[in-house]
Amino acid sequence: MERLKTTLCGIPLDNPVIPASGTFGYGEEFAALYDINCLGTFSFKGTTAQPRFGNPTPRIAECTAGLLNAVGLQNPGVEAVIGEILPRMKTYFHKPVMANVSGFSVEDYAGACEKLGREPQIGWLEINISCPNVHGGGMSFGTDPKAAAEVVAAVRRVTEKPLIVKLTPNVTDITEIARSCEAAGADGISLINTLLGMRIDPLRRRPVLQRTMGGFSGPAVFPVALRMVWQVYEAVKIPVVGIGGIASAEDVIEMMLAGACAVEIGSENLVRPTVCKDIIDGLPAVMDRLGIAKLEDIIGGAHGWEKM
Amino acid sequence: MKQQQLEILSNEPLAAGIWRMVLLGDTSDSAPGRFAELRLPGEFYLRRPISVCDAREDRLTLVYKTVGRGTRRMTELVPGQEIEALTGLGNGFDLSRARDGAVLAGGGVGCAPLFLLARRLREAGCPVTAVLGFNRADEIFYEEEFRALGVRVEIATLDGSRGTKGFVTDAMPGIAGSLYVCGPQPMMKAVWRRARAAGQYSLEERMGCGFGVCMGCSIQTAGGSRRVCADGPVFAGEELLWND
Ligand SMILES: Cc1cc2nc3c(=O)[nH]c(=O)nc-3n(C[C@H](O)[C@H](O)[C@H](O)COP(=O)(O)OP(=O)(O)OC[C@H]3O[C@@H](n4cnc5c(N)ncnc54)[C@H](O)[C@@H]3O)c2cc1C
Ligand SMILES: Cc1cc2nc3c(=O)[nH]c(=O)nc-3n(C[C@H](O)[C@H](O)[C@H](O)COP(=O)(O)O)c2cc1C
Ligand code: FES
Repeated sequence: MERLKTTLCGIPLDNPVIPASGTFGYGEEFAALYDINCLGTFSFKGTTAQPRFGNPTPRIAECTAGLLNAVGLQNPGVEAVIGEILPRMKTYFHKPVMANVSGFSVEDYAGACEKLGREPQIGWLEINISCPNVHGGGMSFGTDPKAAAEVVAAVRRVTEKPLIVKLTPNVTDITEIARSCEAAGADGISLINTLLGMRIDPLRRRPVLQRTMGGFSGPAVFPVALRMVWQVYEAVKIPVVGIGGIASAEDVIEMMLAGACAVEIGSENLVRPTVCKDIIDGLPAVMDRLGIAKLEDIIGGAHGWEKM
Repeated sequence: MKQQQLEILSNEPLAAGIWRMVLLGDTSDSAPGRFAELRLPGEFYLRRPISVCDAREDRLTLVYKTVGRGTRRMTELVPGQEIEALTGLGNGFDLSRARDGAVLAGGGVGCAPLFLLARRLREAGCPVTAVLGFNRADEIFYEEEFRALGVRVEIATLDGSRGTKGFVTDAMPGIAGSLYVCGPQPMMKAVWRRARAAGQYSLEERMGCGFGVCMGCSIQTAGGSRRVCADGPVFAGEELLWND
C-alpha cells in the first residue's frame, strides 16, 4: 500500500513497522504465525563477536504495563549468525534485514559489523551502545558521548552499510549523545533501548531478577520514548527511528509526529505475537480517521505546533 | 502454537489453594507436558504459563495453584467469560520411552500435567504408577481420577496426614520403568539423586514470551543453552545440570 511507504537511510520500506531487537528472535517463530514479509523489516537479536549465554535466571520480571529483562545479550555469536542463521532466514524473509550489534570494546563492534556488513541480506547495521565498555571502566558506551563517537567512527571505517546507532535512555541529555554519533558518521539514530529498573519480591525480600536490575520496556515507557524522539529529532538531521512502548497504530502515528521516520515494536510482540501485522493492517483506517493521506507526510509533523 | 479465545466452562476449587479451570476451544495441539499461556484480564502484562492437565475433544482442563496476583485473579473468572490464550506450547513428554511401565512422580500442583500423560499411557496399555507428593492431606487432588485410569497411586505427605510421611522419594517404589517428573526444583533434584536413571523432568522458568523468541527462560544444559519454553519444558535428567 503506497500510503504506508517510508524510507530508512535511503532504503525504501513498505511500511514503518519494524519488530525490535531481542523481541523477535530471528523471525522464524513469527513466520509460523503470519507472513513476516508484510513488515517494513525487522531487527534481529543483538549479535556479539563471541557467543554469549547471558545472565542467570530469573531474567524476566513483570510490572504494570511492561516488563523488566536481564537476558544479557544471549546470542550464538557473529560467526554462527552468518553461517547458520542468515542462510535459513533467506527462506522465509525476502527483504533487507536489520542486524543489531553489541560489543564490549570498540574492536568487538567493528569486527562484528565488518563481517555482518558484507552479508547481502543485511540492509542496516543497528549498533546498540547500551553495553558496558570493558576498557572504559565498565561505563556504558551509550552514556559517554566520546566513547559513543569512537564506536561509531570505528564501525564507519569498516562498512558502507547504513549505520543506525541505538541509544540508551539512561542519560541526562540524550541530544548530546545523538549529536556526537551524527558527527562521527552515523546515518540514523534509533531510540530508546530499555530503562534501568528493578523489582523486589516482598515475600523473599530479594530482587526478582537474579542480576538485581534489568531493562524496563513495554507500553509504560511510551511517553518517555516519545519525549526523547522529539528531542533527538530537533537535535540531529539524520533519520530517527522511534522505539519504546508502541502497542497500536495510534502510537505509531504519535511517534512519527514526534519525528520518527519508522518505528520499532518490542515487548508487545511477546504478549501479542501478531501485533506488528495487526498494526500494519490497522494503520489505513486510523489514518483515514485522522485525515492522513500518506505516512511520510507526517514525520515530525507536530514540531513547530506553536506557530501553526 | 495457536492463538485462540477460550471460553470458560467451569472454574472451581479442587483442594486447598488448588483450582481447576475447564475451557472450551481447539485442543488439537494439547499434548501431555505442553502448556498454554493465558492473557489475564486486568493489569497483567505478561501471560501466565499453565500446563495441560487434560484435553478431551474441545475441552481443555488446567489445574492451578494460587501463588500470586495473577493466579488469584484467575479464581475470580466465571463460566461464560472468554480468555485469550496461546496453546500448544513446549515439547511435551516423550511417551515412546515407556514400554514396560512408567513411574510418574509429581510434587504439589506439578501432579497436574502428569494426568494427561497417565491417561495416554494407560490408553496405550502401559502399566503406570503415580507417586504424588503434597504438603498436607487437604492439598491432595486427582487421587481418584488417577486411580480411575487404572493407575497405581502412592501418596506422600510432608506432615504424614495421608499416605507415606515424607517426600515423594520416600514413597517411590523400586524404580521400574520410565520416569516422568514434575514438581518444585528441590523435589525434582531429590528424585534425580535417587533415580539417576533416564527420566524426563518438566521445568519452570519465568517467561517473557513462552514461544522461544525473547531468551528470557534460557538455562544451561549438558548440551548447551536451551529455552525452557520452546526446547522444553521437558528435559532428560542427564541433560540437566543439577548443581545449584
Ligand atoms: C511451563 C510451565 C508450566 C506451568 N504449569 C503450571 C500449572 O499447571 N499449574 C500451576 O499452578 N502453575 C504452573 N506453572 C507456574 C505458574 O505459571 C505460576 O505459578 C504463575 O505464573 C504465577 O503467577 P502469579 O501472577 O500468581 O504470581 P506472581 O508471582 O505474582 O507473578 C509474577 C510474574 O512471575 C511469573 N511467575 C511466578 N511464579 C512463576 C513460576 N513458578 N513459573 C513461571 N513463572 C512464574 C508470573 O507468570 C508473572 O509473570 C507453570 C509454569 C511454567 C513455566
Ligand atoms: C527481552 C528483551 C530483549 C532485548 N534485547 C535487545 C537486544 O539484544 N538489543 C537491543 O538493542 N535491544 C534489545 N531490547 C530492547 C528493545 O529492542 C527495545 O529497544 C525496548 O524494549 C523498548 O521497546 P518496547 O517498549 O517496545 O519493548 C530487548 C528488549 C527485551 C524486552
Ligand atoms: S520465554 Fe521467551 S524464549 Fe522462553
